Amino acid sequence: MADAQQQQRWAQKEYAALAAQFHPRPPIWPNVCRAFLVGGGISLLGQGLITLFQALGLDITGAMTRTSLALLAVGALLTGLGVYDEVGRFGGAGAAIPITGFANSIVAPAMEYRTEGLVFGLSARLFSIAGPVITFGILGAVVAAALRWAIVGP
Amino acid sequence: MSTATVQAPPVVAAPRRLGHQTVHWDCAPAVIASASIGGPMEGAGPLGAYFDTILEDNRYGERCFEQAESKILRDAVRSAAGQAGWQLAEIDALLAGDLLNQIVSSNYAVANTPLPLLGLFSACATIAEGLIVGSSLLEAGVAARVVAAASSHHEAAERQYRYPVEFGAQRPATAQWTATAAGAIALGVPDPAATAASQTSGAATGVPRLPRLTYATIGKVVDMGIKDPYDMGTAEVPAAWDTATVHFQETGRDPAYYDLIVTGDLARIGSEIFREGMRRRGLDVSSRHVDCGVLLYRAEQDVHAGGSGAGCAASVLAGYLLKEMRAGRFRRMLFIGTGSLHNPIALQQGQNIPTIAHAVAMEA
Amino acid sequence: MSFAEGGRGKGDRSGPPSRTMTYLWAFLVGGLICAAGQLLIDVAHIPPAHTMVVMVCAGAVLTGLGLYEPLLRFAGAGASVPLTNFGFVLTKGALSGLAKGGWVGMLSGILELSGTVLAAAVLFGFAAALVFRPRS
Repeated sequence: MADAQQQQRWAQKEYAALAAQFHPRPPIWPNVCRAFLVGGGISLLGQGLITLFQALGLDITGAMTRTSLALLAVGALLTGLGVYDEVGRFGGAGAAIPITGFANSIVAPAMEYRTEGLVFGLSARLFSIAGPVITFGILGAVVAAALRWAIVGP
Repeated sequence: MSTATVQAPPVVAAPRRLGHQTVHWDCAPAVIASASIGGPMEGAGPLGAYFDTILEDNRYGERCFEQAESKILRDAVRSAAGQAGWQLAEIDALLAGDLLNQIVSSNYAVANTPLPLLGLFSACATIAEGLIVGSSLLEAGVAARVVAAASSHHEAAERQYRYPVEFGAQRPATAQWTATAAGAIALGVPDPAATAASQTSGAATGVPRLPRLTYATIGKVVDMGIKDPYDMGTAEVPAAWDTATVHFQETGRDPAYYDLIVTGDLARIGSEIFREGMRRRGLDVSSRHVDCGVLLYRAEQDVHAGGSGAGCAASVLAGYLLKEMRAGRFRRMLFIGTGSLHNPIALQQGQNIPTIAHAVAMEA
Repeated sequence: MSFAEGGRGKGDRSGPPSRTMTYLWAFLVGGLICAAGQLLIDVAHIPPAHTMVVMVCAGAVLTGLGLYEPLLRFAGAGASVPLTNFGFVLTKGALSGLAKGGWVGMLSGILELSGTVLAAAVLFGFAAALVFRPRS
């Protein structure tokens, strides 16, 4: 039995090696460049909004907060209009990592599970992708804050 | 353990089995009619002209994608039965399956219709499984009219198997596009005179040929360690190798016997691996191999490696392949349906993708 | 909330960088964070949803190391727009909560700064999902 399993593992390894010869390499550098451009572009838009809100008389705190809210709204709207998945297809991580991508990850599943009702459909699925982000964010924050507190002090 | 002492009754060998996995049918079950329906993207592909119906939008007038899938499956079955000249109530068994949990598309498709249903699941190989079970029912004499059908729906399948469609994730080059499509094939045993007429027919007489199902090789489940649901073609290749090799061994045929060897659906990358592996086995299929996932879309349609889904193989077979076969464009076809049998929970638990391939030989 | 916590402080004392430079740094830093994320996806083969998780944790770690606030002052939206900033505001909230009220203060502090974004995300998400249907 152990021999059969070992043989199966070898066969699987051999197959993976053969298959790899036929798999195109992902176009890593073009992908990274596009992620850079899209991510940088969204950040640039964010900076523009911050400047705009500051020009409207808000302090930097208020301006940044409103910028985040505006970008969330833009991400949600573009997802609803079916545009953001195209941005994501082009920009990859450049579309996923900005706060607009966070909005996309919330709206996309919620919209699709809307047909299963408001409670277990839409609402339960709002955070099916973003939930882990929040969970790990809080876990990470607790660990990072506790360690900093313990080592550096308040 | 009293059961251990019970003597099992002797079993009589099946007369219509060749070797371990291959069966043949003597009654000459034939494709009486076939129908296919495609979504808008499938309709815009190179096989657009072969669909009986092309949807204007993926919802097909329904409130959700899942119900749209049931409707296209129901319509494909109705259309195939209609072209065969059968009333729904005359059909002895519908052999149908799809990709959604508990094959609900098929279940809802025939709710409150007179169709007796045998639900099947072999993922993209479902239509091949349906043809095998259907022909065997005909051979056994327990049914006279059967319909095999399968469907899939892009939006309904993607959110079950992968990410929601509006989530902006990039798809790798190996990814396949679940087709929004359905195919239905009406099988029966025509009277020998009709079969004989179709043998001598062709372009000259205008009488369509009658594709007969002669052999089938039932696949084994193969797991070669692939885990990526964006690389199902690669996962399915070893199952296709296994079934194809066993088919040639047990029938004594070689690839040159067939005008066309069809897989559905290994897509572009899987097809290349498939041909290379068959070549290494001394069974070169490259000059006669096509794949449903490659045929269904144009290269510029942004489907990456090609199509997939139970409806992809079913619609390409029921539409393009069988229509061309009836027109006499080719006489002998080996259709190998290939399916990935995982579900997302098993993959999240670290399991590999188990795959299967069923082969059906058709001759006209 | 703030993304803004980092925008104040020492940076103001040394005078804000010129507007052009701020835009340039916002573009470069925002772009580089996303490029790093793309490398995680393409080279390390981490799926997109997991990459988002990694980014938030990276933000928390950088904040713990005291590096994220300077980055925010320096790059503005380039640091406040990517998800790493979510890790920053959570950690920042936890730290100020710790200072104010110990361990319990930390728990109440975590969502103090990030609450705005979370509440807005729920509202916008709910509204968008109600109004729009997935494209066919």
